[in-house]
Amino acid sequence: MSSETNKILTTDGIPLEESLKKAERKNKIKAFLLVCPLLLFLIITYVFPIGEMFTRSIDDKMITNMLPNTFKSMESWDGQDMPEESVFENFYIDFKKLVENKEHGKLAQRLNKEKNGFNTILKKLFRQIQRNKIDENGSFKEQITSLHKRFNDVEYWRAIKRTAPPYTMAKYLKGMDLFIDENGGIAQVEEDRRIHRILWLRTLEIAFFVTVFCFLMGYPIAHLLATLPMKYSNLLMICVLLPFWTSLLVRTASWMILLQQQGIVNDFFVMIGLVSDDNRPEMMYNKVGTYVAMTQILLPFMVLPLYSVMKTISPSLMRAGKSLGGTPFVAFWKVYFPLTIPGIGAGCLLVFILAIGYYITPALVGGASGTLISNQIAYHMKTTLDWSFASAMGLMLLTGVLVVYWIYNKLVGVDNIKLG
Amino acid sequence: MPNNKEFVKFAKVDKSYDGKVLVVKDLNLDIAEGEFITMLGPSGSGKTTCLMMLAGFETPTNGEIYLDGNPISNIPPHKRGIGMVFQNYALFPHMTVYENLAFPLRVRKIPKDEIDKKVDKALSMVSLAGYESRMPGQLSGGQQQRVAVARALVFDPAVVLMDEPLGALDKNLRESMQYEIKHIHESIGVTVVYVTHDQGEALTMSNRIAVFNDGKVQQLSSPDQLYESPVNSFVAKFIGENNTFAGEVIDVTNGKCKVKLNSGGEIFANPITVKSKGEKTTVSLRPERALINPDEKMDNSHKGKIEEVIYHGDHTRVRLNLLGNNEFILKVPNSSANLDIKLGNEINIGWNSTDARALDPK
Repeated sequence: MSSETNKILTTDGIPLEESLKKAERKNKIKAFLLVCPLLLFLIITYVFPIGEMFTRSIDDKMITNMLPNTFKSMESWDGQDMPEESVFENFYIDFKKLVENKEHGKLAQRLNKEKNGFNTILKKLFRQIQRNKIDENGSFKEQITSLHKRFNDVEYWRAIKRTAPPYTMAKYLKGMDLFIDENGGIAQVEEDRRIHRILWLRTLEIAFFVTVFCFLMGYPIAHLLATLPMKYSNLLMICVLLPFWTSLLVRTASWMILLQQQGIVNDFFVMIGLVSDDNRPEMMYNKVGTYVAMTQILLPFMVLPLYSVMKTISPSLMRAGKSLGGTPFVAFWKVYFPLTIPGIGAGCLLVFILAIGYYITPALVGGASGTLISNQIAYHMKTTLDWSFASAMGLMLLTGVLVVYWIYNKLVGVDNIKLG
Repeated sequence: MPNNKEFVKFAKVDKSYDGKVLVVKDLNLDIAEGEFITMLGPSGSGKTTCLMMLAGFETPTNGEIYLDGNPISNIPPHKRGIGMVFQNYALFPHMTVYENLAFPLRVRKIPKDEIDKKVDKALSMVSLAGYESRMPGQLSGGQQQRVAVARALVFDPAVVLMDEPLGALDKNLRESMQYEIKHIHESIGVTVVYVTHDQGEALTMSNRIAVFNDGKVQQLSSPDQLYESPVNSFVAKFIGENNTFAGEVIDVTNGKCKVKLNSGGEIFANPITVKSKGEKTTVSLRPERALINPDEKMDNSHKGKIEEVIYHGDHTRVRLNLLGNNEFILKVPNSSANLDIKLGNEINIGWNSTDARALDPK
């Protein structure tokens, strides 16, 4: 009863809440319609592709559809001893169907990935079927195992069983140089084939140091920008932004001109006698080139958020710090620096996230020791055409970025971040 | 109080920012220990520059500033031990009230329990005890202001500088803060140098006021002297309300001069800066010194026509046309005796020549 009587009514007797909702509805619809195009755009260009990437990266339905009967009869097999007759029979039925549809090659390829040696034995089985040499009234187990000794090896049947689930994490494991071994456990690939882990670590390392360099160089520039009189700061701002307006490719190419062994920087070093002419250092096609070019290219992303934060810090705060007895360093460290943390957070987050997925610059100036994980993704997209693996690595990268974001949120608080 | 008359001393201080214009010209100013001195002046008059030089954020182009007898031009701000209250308080927004107050004590490496004691004392002095853990952003303007005052005083500085500290407050709050700062000054006896462009503030709070204009101290004296006997027409105009008559001295006798006004008519005045016949002058008269229907003793008596009447509650402002000056202001107390003040009426106005100060013609 009390809730009924306590309800506030408008002068016309309509409950206030209802009236308010009615009055606000029009505005809400308008606002929604205004953001609608952007929302659609985001869903089409962002949410769908990522969903597609995700399904592609874990998709393993092809083989599930190829051997439906085999997998069904394998369900009751414990994987210890050789499977029963029914498994062999169903495998024969499935395989024969594939031969009829001329899809047996795909199966061989897929199973070979799971375990080396499938190609040969499946070819053998294929030839037997083509020549109608298999007696469909006899024991399939006996006939198939007698074709090749590998058919008698339980490992190969276990490998088939492992491919049964329609989804697989194999691509993700591969991205971390891991694989599922014969026993279904996770194992590392051979040492000389562990390339991805090196790339991940290098990507993190380069992104981290590029962020640090950008911070070290950007902080004083941003401070100068924020404190100089207007006419000088505008000029400096243009100097900071000018590279920003130049094409990325042009900037990277100009770094190549500068950094190559016969380039301007090396010429200068030789001229001032820092290095001898026949001993010019390599500054490109390695990490140095990647560091230098990426730091320069990403610097504005550090300077701008820092600048926008520093601009809001009143100069009287530093003065207050000094007048209260703090040395210039104490005043800076205790007063000014903590107030710039939102800008540092935003700048570092931006630079780190951009650096971790950087592609063009490392591809051009990175060489073998300066390429990053994104170059590997591109390689799989364009050269090996292993899109599901590229998708898996792309998603791993995305997860990494989200983790970084989460850590920043814990440390700085996303609400505190100012982007300008 | 051991009064050192020259506790803070500006000696022949010049200051220029661009090498072309002197912002402060030949400033000589002595501030006594425990004194509340206000630098008052319009914006751009050099008063804040003086304060900044004293605080150490600007260096004098020429001359020297002494603090307790020692030259301080080469001492960096953080070693001067001068407290400062800034225009927008400059509270550290990322620190609590306690941390703000503890900052000057921590950098002086004072032990923790002593810091607690001093912070407590300073906060109760500005009646903000219990606000230690608040952030400055959670305080009202007046409270922030008090924290700023407490922070400038907590480390017992010899001198506290205040740079228009009440500028951002509303009128009522400003007035109550004026009294509060005045009382704090009286109770702890610290030397205060206060900068403002608000003359009311200056008159209420100060022991002495230095009126700045054009980089120079125009007059340095106590509030009542400044108001009652300005030494030049700038001070007269700047402090309080003022009726002025421009004219020429035609006679000086017995400390009394006769001035022929440009608009016609003659008045008697008190010669302050004028010495002899023929000099141009501006005569300044406070509105409350002119009376309606004067008695015989007053040596100036003229007829004026009421042009405007504005009701102010406790008094009425009357604008008259008097001796060709139609900006003549009269402040009339609201009493039943003054009922004939109606628009268009002609009334008799009179004043003593001693109250009409004949100053420089500017």
